[in-house]
Amino acid sequence: MNLRFTGKKISALVTVLPSRETRFEDEMGNFGFSRAKSMKLKLVMGFDRHRLAGEGTCASDLCLHGLKRLFEAGELRPEEIDALLFVSQSPDHLIPATSNLIQGRAGLGRNTFCLDINQGCAGFVIGLVQAFLMLESGLWRKVVLMNGDTLSHRVGKRDRNIFPMVGDAGSVAVVENDPSGPPIHAVVYMDGSRSGVLQIPAGGARMPSTAATAVEEDVGDGNLRSKDHFFMDGPAVFNFVQTEVPPMIGELLAAAGATKEEVEYFLFHQPNRFMLEKLADALEVPRDRMPNNIVENFGNASSASIPTAIAFNLGAALRERKVRVCLGGFGVGLTWAALLMDLGPMRICELTNYGCDD
Amino acid sequence: MDELIGILQEIRPEFEFRESQDFLADGMLDSLDIVTLVAALDKRYRISIRGVEIVPENFRNLETLAALLRKYGVSA
Repeated sequence: MNLRFTGKKISALVTVLPSRETRFEDEMGNFGFSRAKSMKLKLVMGFDRHRLAGEGTCASDLCLHGLKRLFEAGELRPEEIDALLFVSQSPDHLIPATSNLIQGRAGLGRNTFCLDINQGCAGFVIGLVQAFLMLESGLWRKVVLMNGDTLSHRVGKRDRNIFPMVGDAGSVAVVENDPSGPPIHAVVYMDGSRSGVLQIPAGGARMPSTAATAVEEDVGDGNLRSKDHFFMDGPAVFNFVQTEVPPMIGELLAAAGATKEEVEYFLFHQPNRFMLEKLADALEVPRDRMPNNIVENFGNASSASIPTAIAFNLGAALRERKVRVCLGGFGVGLTWAALLMDLGPMRICELTNYGCDD
Repeated sequence: MDELIGILQEIRPEFEFRESQDFLADGMLDSLDIVTLVAALDKRYRISIRGVEIVPENFRNLETLAALLRKYGVSA
């Protein structure tokens, strides 16, 4: 679907990273590859360092830390928050909604509308679309969008498809009205018929977790994981992204009447360096205008990867000036979505650390 | 073809690629090897193999690989 919004902006952005950092070279012995093969993968895929939350740390902790940072900086007051969106696949509990828990811990008013959204790699774009729609109603003036995941807790440590790239992070974006803001265009697609290529099979009502679902096994692809772990069919996901994302971006630019040259940066979800390089080539966009440095520095934190990319690559610029960007997310659902909008200037656009209990 | 075999053996030196008609079924290349192979071919021939062409059918044997490279003007 094609969507168009007017008069909206992100007025502040904080991305919170767990302070615990581990390195691919220390972990690659778990993956059953030769050192030579692992080093080639490190180079091609961008596997290097990743930030992993301690066992006791939840995505909500990271996001709450970011929210408090905005309070402390005087960027936002609790009573100003009309709605709180928490986009995550790592809820604190099955019941209640984590957004309600955050509302309580942050001391927000009872008028705050809280909503959890279960989305993954496209979750920052989906969350922004939801925030824009809420602002469009005229009922709310400030929506806090939180994107957080601690999926490293649900990934098999010997699963070489996922563990080298996974990271944990949380982000907090303040989304509000901006009557002078230019139009924002969005394209969103979803296809649940292909959802099985990215899934945690057990732990929900369809397949409750049991002792049997916790047993790690090789299902034929050389990876060791259990049914409680996150599963990714890497080749199928790669093909999905390369097939669906370039035409979606073409559709977005056509709807906006914009050219690729008018877009300063393409800030996409970052599963690995290779995938981003192939997307940049397919779109005929210079690779340096599609940053691919998040996996190597922090790991892929699902819906928090785009806000991480924004703060890491453009934080200093956005504190000074406006930057026209195309945001693109793709993954779990399957969901793929993109936005064309201006970011900045904003007083706060930063990365910050969260000390983990490890 | 010798150069192509050399590139493959850089990635998986333990296999004799001339002897297989299906590298994937014979367990000689996995999906991550294909990624490494594409990166090596891109660099060697100064091309960029399109993401939509990184599918198993193009990496089954020396003939399918050579056919893929011909699309980019490379005769392997």
